[in-house]
Amino acid sequence: MSTSSRNSRVPALAALAAALVGLSLALVFFVAPEDADQGISQKIFYFHVPIALTAYACFGWGALKALLYLWRKDERYDLESYVGIHLGTVFGTLTLLTGSIWAKASWGVWWTWSSNQLVLFLVLFLFYCAYFMLRFSVEEGPRRASLSAVYALFGVVLVPVSFFAIRLASDFIHPTVFNREGPQMSGTMFATFCVAWGAITVLAYVLYRVELAGKLLDQHLRELREALA
Amino acid sequence: MIRARGLEKRYGRKRVLRGVDLDLAPGGFLVVTGPNGSGKTTLLRLCAGLALPSGGALEIVPDRARVGFLGHEGLLYRDLTALENLDLFGRLYRVPERRERIGMLLGRFGLWDARNERVAAFSRGMAQRLALCRAFLHDPDLLVLDEPFTALDGEGAALLDRELASLAGDRTFLVATHDPHRLAPLTSGRLALGAS
Amino acid sequence: MNYIEDVATLARKDLRLELRARDTLPAMLLFVLSTFVVFHFALPQGSGEAAAQGLLWVALVFTALLGLARSWAPEREGGVFDGLVLAPCDRSAIWLGKAAAVLVFLVAIEVVALPAFALFFEPLDGAAVAGVALANLGICAVGTLLAAMAAASRTRELILPLLFLPLAIPLVVGGVGSAISPEPGRYLLFLALYDAVFAIICWASFEYVVTE
Repeated sequence: MSTSSRNSRVPALAALAAALVGLSLALVFFVAPEDADQGISQKIFYFHVPIALTAYACFGWGALKALLYLWRKDERYDLESYVGIHLGTVFGTLTLLTGSIWAKASWGVWWTWSSNQLVLFLVLFLFYCAYFMLRFSVEEGPRRASLSAVYALFGVVLVPVSFFAIRLASDFIHPTVFNREGPQMSGTMFATFCVAWGAITVLAYVLYRVELAGKLLDQHLRELREALA
Repeated sequence: MIRARGLEKRYGRKRVLRGVDLDLAPGGFLVVTGPNGSGKTTLLRLCAGLALPSGGALEIVPDRARVGFLGHEGLLYRDLTALENLDLFGRLYRVPERRERIGMLLGRFGLWDARNERVAAFSRGMAQRLALCRAFLHDPDLLVLDEPFTALDGEGAALLDRELASLAGDRTFLVATHDPHRLAPLTSGRLALGAS
Repeated sequence: MNYIEDVATLARKDLRLELRARDTLPAMLLFVLSTFVVFHFALPQGSGEAAAQGLLWVALVFTALLGLARSWAPEREGGVFDGLVLAPCDRSAIWLGKAAAVLVFLVAIEVVALPAFALFFEPLDGAAVAGVALANLGICAVGTLLAAMAAASRTRELILPLLFLPLAIPLVVGGVGSAISPEPGRYLLFLALYDAVFAIICWASFEYVVTE
């Protein structure tokens, strides 16, 4: 079966992910120069931004699979969409956590509304939590898959819409007190960033394959049980 | 009209239909029997196009506009009158000479006097008669009826018998029932679903 | 042409049902007025105009939710959903007809609620009302579809607000912005864009929400 041959690559990829994460940690703490203003807390940026980007990628992947499901009605796409969104939510939560830590380290507060990125992730977090609540309150079957798929598509549209909304809101909600620009990256910093980004991406992919494999196995077991019953 | 091979339907973890084969030619009258829980309703919903099969092949020739369906629930708005309900569906199905047809059907099912009463005020038998009017309203080629004799009194059942007799042969029927003997003279084929 | 007729038929049916039952509209009206009174007690003195405008939007969103939660009730009660799905009309017409009816209800409520707000708190200028009008479209379009999703769920009334609120946030931003910003044009444009984008998605995806 093609699945098992693809799964055989997963351990190798996992090893690669571990290696890359190790490498990026080393680069972040020993090679990349310390930021003049923010000091060591700025190092979180190397993980915070890739995690955020990966979350977006996961949501996009989930929405793509959702679209494919609506088009082809193959159950497999529903599962892939679900795992993508699940992973996206996990990374989204991590984005909120790392962002909060960075805010505390930089400005002394655990939360600030002036970071558009953080607010956007909060809105998305709420949206995708509702995705799971919806999914768990509908019986398994084509109905649940269709509803999840439509909602996932709404999510991916919500990202740019919310982004603009938050930008517009910042004019009258809170004036931008804390100004955070993306640090001007020198060569080493950029290289470190890329390595960290690569590490997070590979890690995300490995987690995706592992979770998907687990869910498929679950499904096969159930089908076998039914066939024997 | 309808052809099914190895039809399967799963709701969640429960498999309701397994390996069902069905052939219904135009003008046929197929009666589906089986104990409670054997999947009669599910099969009829699949054949009406209300649900998609989980497995197997299902081919339904007429499109939605040519299919009439009677389900367990009346598919009627409780707060609208009989006339308003039929008028609504008459418009949606683009029934020609809508008012005349509605009047005729209400008369044939003995509901003309109750035409301006809300469905919520109907007895179960009257609601069932109105649901039958709704199913026949657009003169469909294929009629999928799930236990049409439910709740009908003697008079209602006789009216339905008359309708079925006049349409059988011209139209195609797929009927689920607990009482196949009643329909024996019209039946062209039988399908018995086992208990799951 | 047929499409428009179908939408009109369905919308008319909803209006007729509400006129007959008369339960949703009075409830929404009473709810929004009660909310205003609660706001009066919730707003500390000297909170300023902006706070009141914000609360207007909270009131509108939650009143809309109240109405949306019941919007598909007639279809659920008689099992009529199946009947509509079976009809030869385009499935998106079902959504559009229902959304149009909900829009009429919402506007009917606002005809009373907005003057009441002006009476209790602050007057509303043209831009604010335009904001409300544009946001109504988005609320009805998205809310009607989500309500249909919620109807398929076990936890019907619980889940609709959860699904709706994140999607309502941009509408609130646009609405409040058009009321208090010196440049309402940007916010109104944003609302119009939201309406256009989400209306298209709802129109295209309703088919998948109702078929099994």
